[in-house]
Amino acid sequence: MKTLHLVYFARLREAFARSSETLSTDAATGAELVAELAGRGGAWADELGGARVFRLAINQDMARLDDVLPDGAEVALFPPVTGG
Amino acid sequence: MSRIRIVVGPDDFDLSRECAALIQHDIESGAVAAFVGRVRDFGPDSVMTLEHYPGMTEKALAAIVDAASARWPLSAVTVIHRVGPLAAGAQIVLVLTASRHRRAAYDANAYIMDYLKTEAPFWKLEETGAARTWVEAKAKDNVERQRWDS
Repeated sequence: MKTLHLVYFARLREAFARSSETLSTDAATGAELVAELAGRGGAWADELGGARVFRLAINQDMARLDDVLPDGAEVALFPPVTGG
Repeated sequence: MSRIRIVVGPDDFDLSRECAALIQHDIESGAVAAFVGRVRDFGPDSVMTLEHYPGMTEKALAAIVDAASARWPLSAVTVIHRVGPLAAGAQIVLVLTASRHRRAAYDANAYIMDYLKTEAPFWKLEETGAARTWVEAKAKDNVERQRWDS
């Protein structure tokens, strides 16, 4: 088991009705974490389990779904960015 | 080593003041390029709100500016990006690049904006009356960034 600090932004923050949470999980990679969260159903399945595009950051660096999640990591999920 | 100033926050900026600060005591830079991004009017009483990821935003902008500084001979760079609610016509972003050479100042400025728009964690929410819409990322932005890969 590892502990992850999850943070959500923009549309995902609103869809999940929370900006952060602490999760104990066995998920080894971003993909495993996303599958676990999508398994919650509802908005989680809608945003993370289908065709909608999202991005992942691990410890404040853009990451890929197959990147490994270190214990204690800050993992962010958010839509593609639209600044500038 | 270029002089770098990065600011993320709610406050507006003054182009001429930032430009003067950029090149103060610098008589080597023959070129300064400036880009200002503004909120477009998208309907009556429209308000755009910029959300960001505190901590990662500054880190991502610093990485983008470092990459630009490694690629072009820049003497100074300023990046200011506002967050929070902004009315139509308000300034959102400022990128200033100073170099000995015009082409470096122009190209580095465009490079920084192209990467900022695809890799810095900002999100735009548009609100007009009761309607609220998260702006979707544009495929064109990724294409414009990829031109720097070659």
